[in-house]
Amino acid sequence: MGWLEGRFEESVITSTLEQVINWARESSMWPMTFGLACCAIEMMASGASRYDMDRFGAGAFRATPRQADLMIVAGTVNYKMASRVRRLYNQMPDPKFVIAMGACTCGGGPYYKYGYNVVKGVDLVVPVDVYVPGCPPRPEALLEGLMRIQDKVRGMKDLTKNQPVEVPIPSRTGYVLLPPELSDPDPLKEAEKQNAFAKRTKEQAAPSKA
Amino acid sequence: MTPADITAALEAKFGDRIKAKKLDAIDPFVVVDAADLVEVCRFLRDDPALRFEILSCVSGVDYFEPDPKKALKAGFEPHVEVVYHLQSFTHRHRFVVKVSLPRWKGDKPGDLPEVPSVTGVWLAADWHEREVYDLSGVWFTGHPDPRRMLLAEDWEGHPLRKDYEFPLEYHGMRGR
Repeated sequence: MGWLEGRFEESVITSTLEQVINWARESSMWPMTFGLACCAIEMMASGASRYDMDRFGAGAFRATPRQADLMIVAGTVNYKMASRVRRLYNQMPDPKFVIAMGACTCGGGPYYKYGYNVVKGVDLVVPVDVYVPGCPPRPEALLEGLMRIQDKVRGMKDLTKNQPVEVPIPSRTGYVLLPPELSDPDPLKEAEKQNAFAKRTKEQAAPSKA
Repeated sequence: MTPADITAALEAKFGDRIKAKKLDAIDPFVVVDAADLVEVCRFLRDDPALRFEILSCVSGVDYFEPDPKKALKAGFEPHVEVVYHLQSFTHRHRFVVKVSLPRWKGDKPGDLPEVPSVTGVWLAADWHEREVYDLSGVWFTGHPDPRRMLLAEDWEGHPLRKDYEFPLEYHGMRGR
């Protein structure tokens, strides 16, 4: 806070409203209880006493998406589940964050080649902020991922600069690239369709103002 | 009863409707026609010397080699088998019944081969048959609830068929 800092007595702290809001937000990241496969066991271990996710304020696993800020997608997402994942994500209030936990959610994992029913990465379904690789990742890795989410929250400037949360890079839109024999023969129309889809997903992904 | 006795009992009752048998396999089995299946199963369950009360498992097996070069040496004609594993708590013996089917009904790809459902004999067959229908593509006629078991309702194809092609997209998600 530059010139203002340290001018007062010790019991007075100066800060910006945005910093305080971000500090409060990052210190109470409530994840959603959302385990899909074996990674969920590791997520539970992270929440239990030994690794104690509560130290980072993220121990309150909520059973409803409407009270959660963070979705930890822990486990294999298959096509039947994908629409449900999307719906739960849409039900979460803004600002919302997603951790893709484990190899399956990062990009299909062991089911990449022969998993006929496995989504090749949950980023084809919802926008992902932090990827935590591993099969399954250690609880420490999940905590690291959580801290990266907190870094992201600390960098949010949606109050002063009206800046939405950045779309993670590389972000995949979930648009289907069909092989040439199945895709639309008209390239212009195709590009339009792609643009419309990208715009729509961006709108869906962008949080509204705080 | 030994597998030989069970087979003898079946042959005494059904004669040449038992199409084939193999007694030196790990799970000795007989092969019957799809039309005779329910009758044979009911006999296996109700005969006091046999008493197969438990249907352990229903499986579908696709005998097919997509590679034409390997298909010559494969040693089998392309077909689909449905395998019923039976068990008796009363007499502590077990047995296997198989039904051999064409891969497609009338050799028209897409038309599923048909087997009569044995849900009327063992209720346990209900979900097993749904799973076989879902993954191996065998239609069980007379099944009370013939829906897919594991995959989504609007899924196309049956993934455990050897010539199954993976979906390139599903509801806007790309497949590979």
